[in-house]
Amino acid sequence: MADESKRASQPDAEQPDGEQKVPQWGMAIDLDRCTGCEACVVACHAENNIPLSDEESAARGRANHWIRIDRYYEGEFPNIKVKYRPVMCQHCDDAPCEPVCPVFATYQNAEGLNVQVHSRCIGTRYCANNCPYTVRFFNWSEPVWPESLQLQLNPDVSIRPGGVMEKCTFCIQRIQRGKQDAKAEGRELADGDVQPACVQSCPAEAMAFGDLSDPESKVSRWAGSGRSTQLLGELGTKPRVFYLERAE
Amino acid sequence: MATLVEPIATASPEERLREDLLRPLRGLSGKYVLTLGFFLAIVAWAMFAWGYQITHGMGVAGIRRPVFWGLYIVNFVFWIGISHAGTLISAILRLTDAGWRKPVTRAAEAITVFCLMIGGLFPLIHLGRVWLFYWLIPYPNERLLWPNFRSPLVWDMMAIFTYLIGSVLYLYLPLIPDLALIAQRTSGWRSGVYRVLSLNWTGAHRQWQALERAMKLMAGMILAVAVSVHSVVAFDFALTIAPMWHSTIFPPYFVAGAIFSGIAALVLVMAALRHFLHLEKYLRPLHFDNLGKLLLLMSLLWTYFSVAEHLTTWYGNAPAEIAVFSAREHGVFAPALWLMVTCNFVIPFVLLGIRRLRNITTVCISSVTILIGMWIERFLIIVPTLSHTPLPAAWGEYAPTWVELSITAGTFAAMAALYLIFVKLFPIIAIWEYEDDH
Repeated sequence: MADESKRASQPDAEQPDGEQKVPQWGMAIDLDRCTGCEACVVACHAENNIPLSDEESAARGRANHWIRIDRYYEGEFPNIKVKYRPVMCQHCDDAPCEPVCPVFATYQNAEGLNVQVHSRCIGTRYCANNCPYTVRFFNWSEPVWPESLQLQLNPDVSIRPGGVMEKCTFCIQRIQRGKQDAKAEGRELADGDVQPACVQSCPAEAMAFGDLSDPESKVSRWAGSGRSTQLLGELGTKPRVFYLERAE
Repeated sequence: MATLVEPIATASPEERLREDLLRPLRGLSGKYVLTLGFFLAIVAWAMFAWGYQITHGMGVAGIRRPVFWGLYIVNFVFWIGISHAGTLISAILRLTDAGWRKPVTRAAEAITVFCLMIGGLFPLIHLGRVWLFYWLIPYPNERLLWPNFRSPLVWDMMAIFTYLIGSVLYLYLPLIPDLALIAQRTSGWRSGVYRVLSLNWTGAHRQWQALERAMKLMAGMILAVAVSVHSVVAFDFALTIAPMWHSTIFPPYFVAGAIFSGIAALVLVMAALRHFLHLEKYLRPLHFDNLGKLLLLMSLLWTYFSVAEHLTTWYGNAPAEIAVFSAREHGVFAPALWLMVTCNFVIPFVLLGIRRLRNITTVCISSVTILIGMWIERFLIIVPTLSHTPLPAAWGEYAPTWVELSITAGTFAAMAALYLIFVKLFPIIAIWEYEDDH
């Protein structure tokens, strides 16, 4: 369902000085378009300097994927129907991970992002336990990359040390870059200027990212669609990711 | 260790009592040194394991996504639970002036202090970056960085510190007259140390009055603190929105479970003291019988809470909760669950409920099964919930590694070692309280 009350309750888009609009970032994903190709997963790894894992370490629960594709099967083989759902941090407005952190390492910023302060995190992992989506990841050891990938690392994204939590940032580095570019060119940030790696790489164009406080933005239109739902919305976490799917 | 002046051959009853209770303080037998060395070796191995974990990262432990909390938190809740032995039992008995408490209280209070020292370590052992643990403490700093007072983990830290300070005081106060007595009966530097520790206690009327008042006050306060501490531990779970953690029954359930396991630990410690220190005259069948009745009461209370918790979940039939419930009731955790029920209810109910069967041996057997059962209970609270997240796609199974097992073994050894050292330095039965009575 489209949650109109949610956007109405969001912080005032105007800053006190009335100069600049504070965007309210959000995402919408059209599950009827998603093919489960996992291009978003790969793009996210490359963009955000997420360490790789092999079969053995993945089996031990050491694989970190800020975005993952959940698969749901309906029916019995061979009449089977598979549904895919990309799941990343939902950037909840009432995030359960935030109040439980004893050191304020995670909080919601003015633009509605649920941000993780890696340097403040001491690794109690309480946030991860209280996240109903299980989209928070712990660095079980110092990150390492194969020699061949050393030069591939993204200089805009910090490497997280062992012992801290990390998670999807909605590619905050791209948001920063987008805002800087717009400012340098002396214009307002336009819809579509900022695209997280997952959105950019989606071949089915199943993902939309943008400002939820702008009713004309693509993400707002998608989020307002009759097909719009929220994941585990009944928990009252007020997620900022909207999933579009046909009711059956 | 302490060289005590040999007692006079023709001893009065009072002299005999003092001699009996101070004898364990004298000399070092080979057996004692060997036992202590054995436990300390296990502790050293556990320290190595912890060091290994700090240098290699938390990945050497078995905890994983989504089971982010594992044996460390199980042990944390277990040890904090046992710590309720001392204060609660001794404070309740002291406040109600139960005469039979006298040989029991100090053994119980010492358990509290040591369990808190051990249990309080686990939240640190489990930290991803333990060297930054002090960020949990609200200390003034120029960058105005404070801990998040909304987080139950900050409450936890404060509760445990308060409880530790309180229970050290509560152990120390009734020790003062005995320290003065030991100072009198030792010579040289040892006498000096005990004299300083006894705060120059002379036994004046005013001092006795002050001590009585202080102990009454501490007993009342420590009771409130003890109940709140385990409630706060329960809040760590109950305040989340995880299935089967988010429950209003948790605080009283945890407090009841804590007292339950605490009494069991006390019984075992008392049995060991009775046997090894030859205190049969002081720790009599009556004490075990009374504690056995208390155990039976707590067993029934624990069962009542467990049934209430499970019935609520089962009847509510919420999908996420039922996933956890099913895993516990007839899934991968079912053998552990039914072992827990056997250990915590069936065995104590039979052995302690039937009067003919209740004796020192059966009370001890029940205590062993209760400790096992209560450890399993904490495991079953923590792990099934975490491994069955609300979204089934993230489910995962947990098995501890040698690091977690070594550290767990180390804490049991640490408890034994601390107790061994304690009984070598201080009389384990409050001599003056006992004399008061006889």
